[in-house]
Amino acid sequence: MNAVKRIYQRDRHIFRLIVMIVAWMIFMAITRFDKFYTVVNFQTMAGQFPEFGLMSLGAMLCMITGGIDLSSVGIANVTSILLALFMNAQAAKSESGDISVAMIALVFVMAVCIGLVCGSINGLLISKVKIPPILATLGINQLLTGVCMVVTGGNAVSGLPAAYSASINNKILKVVPGKRGTMQGLIPVQLLFFVVAALLVWFLLMRTSYGKKLYMMGTSENVARFSGVKVDRMLIKTYALSGMLAAMGGMIMLANYNSARSDYGNVYTLQCILIVVLGGVDPKGGRGKISGVLLAIVLLRLLETGINRFPQISSYYITLIWGAVLLLVMVLNYFEDHPIVKRK
Amino acid sequence: MDLKKTVRKLTGRSEFYILLVFIALCLLIEVRSHQFFTPNNIVDLLSALVVPGIFAIGEFMVIVSGGFDVSFPALASLTGFAVTKLLLNMDYQGGVWLPILMTLAIGGLLGAFNGLFIGYFELPAMIVTLGSSSVFKGFMQGTLNSKQLATIPVGMRNFGTSALFVAQNKQSGLTSRMPTTFIALVVVLVLAWFLLNRTMFGRGIYASGGNAVSAHRAGFNVKRTRFLMFVFVGMISALAGMCRVCMMQQMHPTNMLGMEMNIIAGVVLGGTAIVGGSGTLFGCMLGTALIVVVENSMILIGIPTVWKDVFVGALIVLGTGLSAMQVTRAQKASLRNVRKEAAK
Amino acid sequence: MSDYLLKAVDINKSFAGVKALQGVSLEIKPGEIHCLAGENGCGKSTLIKVISGVYQPDSGYIEFDGKRYSQITPLGAIAMGIQVIYQDFSIFPNLTVMENLAFNTELAAGHKLVNRKRMRKIAEEALSKINFDMELDRLVGSLTVAEKQMVAICRALMFNAKLIIMDEPTTALTKKEVSALFEIILKLKAQGIAILFVSHKLNEVFEISERFTIFRSGKLIVTGDTRELDDKKFSFYMTGREFENEKFKPSFESQGNVLEVKNLSLTGAFEDISFGLRRGEILGITGLLDSGRTELALALFGIRQATGGQILKDGSAVTIKSPRDAIACGIGFVPEDRLSEGLFLPRSIGDNIIISEIDRLTKGPSVLDRKACQAEIDKWVRELAIATPDPNNASSTLSGGNQQRIVLAKWLACKPDILILNGPTVGVDIGSKHDIHKILQRLADQGMAVIIISDDLPEVLENCSDLIVMKGGRIVATLDPGETDENTVLSHMM
Repeated sequence: MNAVKRIYQRDRHIFRLIVMIVAWMIFMAITRFDKFYTVVNFQTMAGQFPEFGLMSLGAMLCMITGGIDLSSVGIANVTSILLALFMNAQAAKSESGDISVAMIALVFVMAVCIGLVCGSINGLLISKVKIPPILATLGINQLLTGVCMVVTGGNAVSGLPAAYSASINNKILKVVPGKRGTMQGLIPVQLLFFVVAALLVWFLLMRTSYGKKLYMMGTSENVARFSGVKVDRMLIKTYALSGMLAAMGGMIMLANYNSARSDYGNVYTLQCILIVVLGGVDPKGGRGKISGVLLAIVLLRLLETGINRFPQISSYYITLIWGAVLLLVMVLNYFEDHPIVKRK
Repeated sequence: MDLKKTVRKLTGRSEFYILLVFIALCLLIEVRSHQFFTPNNIVDLLSALVVPGIFAIGEFMVIVSGGFDVSFPALASLTGFAVTKLLLNMDYQGGVWLPILMTLAIGGLLGAFNGLFIGYFELPAMIVTLGSSSVFKGFMQGTLNSKQLATIPVGMRNFGTSALFVAQNKQSGLTSRMPTTFIALVVVLVLAWFLLNRTMFGRGIYASGGNAVSAHRAGFNVKRTRFLMFVFVGMISALAGMCRVCMMQQMHPTNMLGMEMNIIAGVVLGGTAIVGGSGTLFGCMLGTALIVVVENSMILIGIPTVWKDVFVGALIVLGTGLSAMQVTRAQKASLRNVRKEAAK
Repeated sequence: MSDYLLKAVDINKSFAGVKALQGVSLEIKPGEIHCLAGENGCGKSTLIKVISGVYQPDSGYIEFDGKRYSQITPLGAIAMGIQVIYQDFSIFPNLTVMENLAFNTELAAGHKLVNRKRMRKIAEEALSKINFDMELDRLVGSLTVAEKQMVAICRALMFNAKLIIMDEPTTALTKKEVSALFEIILKLKAQGIAILFVSHKLNEVFEISERFTIFRSGKLIVTGDTRELDDKKFSFYMTGREFENEKFKPSFESQGNVLEVKNLSLTGAFEDISFGLRRGEILGITGLLDSGRTELALALFGIRQATGGQILKDGSAVTIKSPRDAIACGIGFVPEDRLSEGLFLPRSIGDNIIISEIDRLTKGPSVLDRKACQAEIDKWVRELAIATPDPNNASSTLSGGNQQRIVLAKWLACKPDILILNGPTVGVDIGSKHDIHKILQRLADQGMAVIIISDDLPEVLENCSDLIVMKGGRIVATLDPGETDENTVLSHMM
């Protein structure tokens, strides 16, 4: 009980998110226990959320600077399309018609590079040309989506080498009993990518001078400049980092859909912002924890999957519930800042 | 002397540069295609401007008041679907007045929902509308179980197909009809201009976008102003959605979604300050028209439509980049001027 | 009819158990210029808000024009003839002068539609009240601070004001503008309008007001005739402490200049600035607000880039293009505006102290050494006696003086050879001001070179070993503070 109280006092926002998750888990346990609490169900969730989870991590970093990144989806799609074409070309060249593991590793290195370049362009436009982040990233998103359209003509790139999906859209740690005595994997590979990225971001924010400077800069860019923080370089780094995370998200999307297209995941743009704000990151910058963002991701995923377990309820209700949760959290925060005082 | 002053005043405003870009673009297309300044092309463009134009007016007001609205496509879709569906169920055979009245009523109600959170709870508009956009979408697709409606009531159909006049290209013989819905754009434009420039309510929108605390001290009811403004924005956004349904002769619940970003880009291109408080309706319409022209004139100069997003994206980046650099220069110049005056 | 226009009697006001005002009273005669002084947080602003109806007092009452009120609403206060001119002037930078002047009147009259003719008339009338001339269609954002203030004053006059409260009106004004403002105030007085002038600047209290009232910690300390007030008494009333000011005498022996500036210029700001600075010296640079002193400081620290000339550190030329370069050269800079340049207010005291030297507090490439960080924070909190129970608290919880110590600590932690301070004691209470001067003198004695940029003449005369006076972007005099006085310096400045 004391532990609960401590969490409440330390951060009410995090506390509320935890309460909502627990309440929803209990509700699902009561109503749909056997359909919800299955290994497969949790595996599916864990394999899917890294797509937008990775983008949300990047969006969080940008929002801590007081900016916003609306280009994640464009970066993700341009990465996945270009690399899907690349892998297809490589597979066609090879005798087996497939690609090697080393090639997959190379592809991921290339993905990171594409993300780095796109993100750095965002950063340059914001820090050097001084375009407001919302417009710079919006324009770059449109530009990249356009590039995708030009490259693909609006069609999906499919027929990927089997090895790619087989290695990324897979599960490791073979401990789950499957059919006919075989053992199946427990942990989805996509989740590993996300966990590594989340740990990395956590480490950057909490344990490095970059993180400290990022929060300070988000609080006041001007004071940071007067304190000797290289603000321009910090901005470029941050948007580049966000670009790299988005590119990784694109690679996960490529594995999950086994194809790439210019309009995949376009709901994620606003969804990532929603997650980040729901996670308690201040849109004005300077405030926000990765724990809040992780909880928000988990909460949204649990809500969506949970509702899908009720066949009579349209899955479209999920967006309604997301929006309602966001507004509810905001209003609760409002009343925390403006306590209702009884007037005489 | 007066002329000099006027010129300086003109060149100091970003609308002026957008106007130059706009004229240059039109001339370029004309030189390449000889088809731009033909009656039917101009009518086609004006017809394409109706819906984005009305949306842009609403977005313009919100940005001037110091926020962003990303909910209007969802709001317009929900209203459009609800009204069309209801009238179809009633087997409504009357004119267009009832649908329009219903649209305005529902749109105003949904706008009030936004206004409640933004005006009275003082929550940031961008985040609230992000949430409410989710709620509206979820309500439409979940609760109302929206599907594409292939037919619309006869009154709406007549309204959408009727023409003010028909323009003909003498060379090619192609004709284009000027839709009656264009009147809606003109009416909304005049009304918005009157509200913003000729009523204390409108000046209150500018004042609170400039400095909300001062506006309150001066005696503006900032909360009520914002609330009423969102009601109005909801009404005109819904009207734009209704125009689109009528013009397309069918109700497609999701094809307006995702328009918000281009509309914001158009408004900001037109010189509206994203921090609020300044901008003109003229600039707003000019920026929107610029995007509409780019989107619709690619064919004329022989560029495949897949390049559309690339050009719009580049336009956003270039346009905002130029005006950002202009602002930086102006700030430096004004600093120098102040010094000069002080030195006297 | 009583003798007093305003009588605030025995006002009490608490916020969440903290007593902001304890039984204070204030009396103002019609047409009087009254100065209300006190350190930050003494209750000045709370009382203003009570008088203007923003806050309701817990007990006590207000008598205005012979009528007694136990409660005032903001609109009621305006109707009674009370106008407040806030520090930020409450203006709309994005709108025209005309609209700024006319909105209040139009709204008060309940007009729903904009009538430009009527608004123009109102605006012209407002300007004519103090015979002020200004283009009505200009955007207020493009005006100078002083002009903005005039707009605010003219607007206040539209409501048949009997009492105008000005909250620290001179903070951002040049000397010339202050005298212009004082002329206006005298003009208003001649029209029978009483002025309540809130300030903690001593010379202003002397110059303009007839009577004064001083608050300390929510209590009334003294009220009386300005003629009976002097320097010493004023400090004592404000702080409850007595100060013995010591003149600085450099004691650190050193050879050669640690910093030398040769013909430094920045187009449009300053030209041909040359001076040298040795360790252990405190160099004062003074001048009016528009003399280029601030730009010089910014150029030395790399925020602005000099367009000509040379900076030499320990005899060798250096280029300073960014604050990072300056820090690498061993230069620290305490900026002018603490709130927007010096301090991350919502962040912890500790974070504020270590931000500038953070790249040194790492092990590995950029991994923070948290033990070293904590040690550094504890050291500076102790060393500069920053009054806080916990360095993890937000900086905004501290008083102005303690906040300034944090900024100082931030730079001392970088172990600079040269410390530049631009207005080191602006907005700092007298007690802390004294302590900060002590610290600076001690630093110089330990071998640091210090530059104080300030227009607080007693401050530079007392603490500096050399004094440069700037005017119109150039050095006009180099003085020995020991052999000059305020009037001489002033005559060079003007």
